[in-house]
Amino acid sequence: MTAPARDAVSLGSAAPRMSPTLIRQVPDGIPATEMSYQEAIREALREEMVRDERVFLLGEDIGKHGGAFGVTRTLFDQFGPERVRNTPISENTIVGTATGAALVGMRPVAEIMFVDFSGLAMDQIATQAAKLRFMTGGQCSVPWVLRMPQGGGAGKSTAAQHSQSLEVWFAHIPGLKVVLPSTPYDAKGLMKAAIRDDNPVVFLEHKLLYSFRGLVPQEEYVVPLSKCDVKRTGGDVTVIASGYMVWHAMLAAQILEPEGIDVEVVDVRTIAPLDEETIGTSARKTGRVVVVAEAVRQYGPANEWAMVAIERAGALRAPVVRVAGRNSPIPFANSLEKGVWPDTQDVVAAIRQVVAG
Amino acid sequence: MEDRALLLEMFRRMTRIRQFELAATNLFKRGQLKGTVHTYIGMEASGVGVCLALGPDDLIAGTHRSHGHNIAKGADVSRMMAELLGKETGYCKGRGGSMHIAAFDTGSLGALAVVASGIPLAVGAGLAFQMRGEDRVAVPFTGDAGSNTGNWHEGMNLAAVWRLPVVFVLENNHYGVSTNIEDVTGVTDLSVRAAGYGVPGVRVDGFDVIAVYEAARAAVARARSGEGPTLLVTESYRFDGHYAGEPEVYRDRAEVERWRANDPIVRFRHYLESEAGVAPGELDGIVSEVDGDIEAAIAFAKSGPEPDPATAMDYIYA
Repeated sequence: MTAPARDAVSLGSAAPRMSPTLIRQVPDGIPATEMSYQEAIREALREEMVRDERVFLLGEDIGKHGGAFGVTRTLFDQFGPERVRNTPISENTIVGTATGAALVGMRPVAEIMFVDFSGLAMDQIATQAAKLRFMTGGQCSVPWVLRMPQGGGAGKSTAAQHSQSLEVWFAHIPGLKVVLPSTPYDAKGLMKAAIRDDNPVVFLEHKLLYSFRGLVPQEEYVVPLSKCDVKRTGGDVTVIASGYMVWHAMLAAQILEPEGIDVEVVDVRTIAPLDEETIGTSARKTGRVVVVAEAVRQYGPANEWAMVAIERAGALRAPVVRVAGRNSPIPFANSLEKGVWPDTQDVVAAIRQVVAG
Repeated sequence: MEDRALLLEMFRRMTRIRQFELAATNLFKRGQLKGTVHTYIGMEASGVGVCLALGPDDLIAGTHRSHGHNIAKGADVSRMMAELLGKETGYCKGRGGSMHIAAFDTGSLGALAVVASGIPLAVGAGLAFQMRGEDRVAVPFTGDAGSNTGNWHEGMNLAAVWRLPVVFVLENNHYGVSTNIEDVTGVTDLSVRAAGYGVPGVRVDGFDVIAVYEAARAAVARARSGEGPTLLVTESYRFDGHYAGEPEVYRDRAEVERWRANDPIVRFRHYLESEAGVAPGELDGIVSEVDGDIEAAIAFAKSGPEPDPATAMDYIYA
């Protein structure tokens, strides 16, 4: 794998902009409502809480305050303090309490305010919840969802302890499922699937996507876990991405369309267990693969996707090109922040490189 | 205490734990039991006193040293021994072993071998019981060393704030591996830690099964009545090292012998014979019955099949 030169392209002022119209998931004629990613998650929680009285929420400041990003706003008023439970700042105990309740038949949805704080809860996430079913020989299951905002960029300036992309921390642990939706449609459908799943599901929400709007069907639907989604079909290059990076990939695809480069975008909307089949099928079809992840380059998720593509596709027509966050903590200053996260131009450059290769 | 049947059941379960642990140690020393064994010898009165104060629907959260807790709660020693030998017929189908042995059918939330990690699980179970209006109690066991973890303090606080039906049992066996609790803790009476959470702290002689039972019963009754958690400290001691065969360089032989002289089973037997009017022959009968159970358990465990390697990936996901 080789990396493209960072400043290989300049998009210029006429470049297409990030827009919700880049991804359309609801066919014409299906009654749908436009809502934000944040609202979509909230509606999923609301519907599941109405549908199943075993579902309840716990976390820091999720009551009246509605959580640090407002996702649970209004739910406290609707469901009350019994089912929308403010906790002390005790991350390990928030998760462990969810595990205990899940073991006896509840369906807790716990929130940790930022994924960066999950280090405080890692024993309960990775060493207890993920392994309980296995090490008891299937005597129990742990059906919880752990919501955690992650990621950053776009000049939000939350610096080193509130901006990380940590999906691989969890994806490395067998027993956990890890979800990272990229659109309002996916966020709602995946949340409903996660709540109904009998396993511990780490549900990562990208902070920059909270305000992204998109159409969500009015009828109930569920997006199955453990499946990738082909967000755009194309014949020349496969771009594999997740979360916010899917949008960079879609934009890059649109930019390159006039040049006759036909890009397929595979959205890894469940990080683990990984849907290797869809990645393999796409890589076999195009023979050229770009992997894009916001998380740091070293041992990052993109590397896993690249390996799966290589293993499953056999001979690729060009070396895989990787676009990833730099091996750095996230800095505060906007100018520095821009230098750390991948951008649309990085994806464009990578696609040109793999096509030329 | 008047309840003769209960007294005899206490004796039976304490004896069952002791004999099970001796058998497990023996198998370990002969190399027939792999891994590690943390025995509960010397602590039988603590687990039995607590678990007999619980109903079948109440749940316990165990630790790396939970053979005794499981037996006290009524687990089947044959399936337990099979688990220790890594057999498919064990409680955890050979996936857990000694440190994770947990009998869910007799009321377990699992045995978690990271110190005090079971605390929040019991808090969560207690929360579920409270939310559903169920008359059930959750009991996390920890040792003295566990009371220095974040899990323990966070769990005590949350259970107190939400008035959850949780009885925190802290078995003070005085050592976390090799470290004496007094060397790493600012108070000698661990029950005073409860005051920091607005929770009653009760300290009881962990060698006296009746005292433990009565203290546990009061704490359980308090939990059931909605008054919230209690910290129950059972002053105890482990006669063996941290694990079977551990060299114990950190404590004097004389210290161990002093505690061993106060063996909780010997002491209870003396009580039963001299004050409860139980004939020695009846107690001998219980001991032989238990011996028979343990022999049968070993035979059951040895004859059981090993898990099929083709099933190594089972039970990772539901």
